[in-house]
Amino acid sequence: MEVWIQVLNAAIASGTPLLFATLGGILIERCGIIQLGAEGLMLMGAVTACLTYLHTGSLTLTLLAVFAVSALLGLIHASLTVSLRTNQIVTGLAMTLFSSGFSAYLGKSVSGNPVPLAVPKLHLTWIEGVPVIGDIFGRLDVLTWASFVLVIVMHLFIHRTSWGLHLRAIGDNPPTADVMGIRVNALRYVYITAGSMLIGLAGADLLLVYTPSWIEGMTAGRGWIAVALIIFARWNPVRALLCAYFFGMLDTLGFRIQLLGSEVPSYFLKMIPYIVTILVLMALGWRNRNKPSGAPESLGVPYIREQRY
Amino acid sequence: MNEQPVPGALTLDNKAPKPGRFSLRLEIDSSRPGNPWWVTIVSILLALVVCGVFIAANGMNPVTVYAKMLQGAFGSEFGITETLVKSIPLLLCGIGVAIAYRISIWNIGAEGQFAAGAIAATAVTIYFPDLPGYFAIPLMIVFSVAAGGLWGLLTAIPRTYFQVNELITSLMLNYVALLAMDYVVFGPWKDPKGFNFPGTPMFTDAQSLPVLGDTRLHAGLLFGIIAVLLYAFTVRYTRWGYELRLIGANAEAAKNAGIRIGRHILVVMIISGGLAGLAGMSEVAGVSHRLMYGISPGYGYTAIIVAWLAKLNPVGLIVASVLFGGLIVGGYSVQTIGLPSSISDMLQGAILFFLIAGGVIGKLRVRRAV
Repeated sequence: MEVWIQVLNAAIASGTPLLFATLGGILIERCGIIQLGAEGLMLMGAVTACLTYLHTGSLTLTLLAVFAVSALLGLIHASLTVSLRTNQIVTGLAMTLFSSGFSAYLGKSVSGNPVPLAVPKLHLTWIEGVPVIGDIFGRLDVLTWASFVLVIVMHLFIHRTSWGLHLRAIGDNPPTADVMGIRVNALRYVYITAGSMLIGLAGADLLLVYTPSWIEGMTAGRGWIAVALIIFARWNPVRALLCAYFFGMLDTLGFRIQLLGSEVPSYFLKMIPYIVTILVLMALGWRNRNKPSGAPESLGVPYIREQRY
Repeated sequence: MNEQPVPGALTLDNKAPKPGRFSLRLEIDSSRPGNPWWVTIVSILLALVVCGVFIAANGMNPVTVYAKMLQGAFGSEFGITETLVKSIPLLLCGIGVAIAYRISIWNIGAEGQFAAGAIAATAVTIYFPDLPGYFAIPLMIVFSVAAGGLWGLLTAIPRTYFQVNELITSLMLNYVALLAMDYVVFGPWKDPKGFNFPGTPMFTDAQSLPVLGDTRLHAGLLFGIIAVLLYAFTVRYTRWGYELRLIGANAEAAKNAGIRIGRHILVVMIISGGLAGLAGMSEVAGVSHRLMYGISPGYGYTAIIVAWLAKLNPVGLIVASVLFGGLIVGGYSVQTIGLPSSISDMLQGAILFFLIAGGVIGKLRVRRAV
């Protein structure tokens, strides 16, 4: 029992950044835009959080700065993909390349410096007494609680509100949505910006909670795993939570095996999340070979009103 | 506003421009030929300006920094040969990436395929240390191409048979290959006489590529030139190249014409990975003479920009890889004035950003709506 609680706690801790990034990605991809800049956005979120927190010491300012920077990057992504209708794949790659270089440049002066514990933990005394649940939920930090709330809000928003219906309509069939009077391009701007802010928050969470010091390229592919998680989760926020924790668990599996005194070199243990990502995608692809993937139907297709048919 | 809708008529588009009002709209004119050459130049200049703002915000004079980079990369015989040395892996990886893009396969795994090739070439020196040069070098080439090709195949198989997006697979495999490289250089292959340096023992002369005179410019340059000539010839003049171009232009039509796209993807990814693997071999056997930690400053990722900048054109690939080789060398040279070399990564990303935007702007036309 003790071990499982530890595993679950570790899964939540390392899965929360993945969860934020996946939720952000779902928001963007639901409106029909492929989001491959997640790795870069997370890095920019992390470096912004590190710099502002070390200089101001205020969590509020830090989060505001992270939101501002990632919203700006989101607006750039939106203006390229929505207004200029650029190739969404290359645009995402450019975002990642630029952001990894830029974040390394910005973070050079604070590289390796420890960041003091920034995010307060929520001590729920009334729940701490409950045996198992208390051990898991009694001492989670504020951002993790925010991620739980966000999953529920996003689920209800996408599936139970008319705004969510519009969002799905934009991603599945923008010409029809346009005819219905939904402002396709304006809403795409909104959702790309909002989703980018969430991905930036994922980077901030990674830095402030999970590994509290900035190292160049510290996301180590988590942004890309989040892109894969969007596919596993079939663009659904609740499944995203389960998938993110599953991968969070894989992420910490390496450490656990080492603690057990395994002879396997740590390099091979670190490969586990990447290899499992590929294997799970292959299994999903095989299972769904005759079924639709659940992806928004117009994902990756720029909407050009003048060419509506 | 003063327009009265006919009662009962469907008004579908409430955003339609009102008659008599001035309004503009953007149109993509696909009949226009791609980028005019000046769009590329302007994109690069704008990227320099934007990064210059960041450099200036850091308290340095961007003009000084760029001058330093230019001088470091092209200002001396040493700089020029170093730039060429860096352009060899970029050219080889860039051709590999370009050939995959020809059929719309997004191979972003050149970095991992490069590492796989470097590991395989080093394996030859570890397990067959006493081979004579005329035997060792060809064996290293075969091993590295096979390893890179295998790494490419590992991306192609999930894509062809399991509908897995090649972007994710190739990128995940990058991390796997880089971790495998870390394992061998920190673990079993570490030089016992290397004072804990994370690298394999130095290659012997028989295991190294010949160099030009006193410079570090090595015979890998020949691989690059041969590869680019073969690329230009096969894509343009062979049946296979014709099929690739057909798939790239319209995959659906190609499929209906009886072209087996799946098999093409497998072959193209083996070639693409094999070229990156060869780049890895030429880097260890020509430049570093050992496999060591952090051997690639992101060649595989820069190759993506090289291929994009070149628009998959053979001459463009040569020009772009020399340009970006210079950018890497220039990035190193600014370290002497106390700036991080990540400036060159930042510039690469910014150039790609402006190229994408510029590529569309070249085709956009502003129209007065009527």
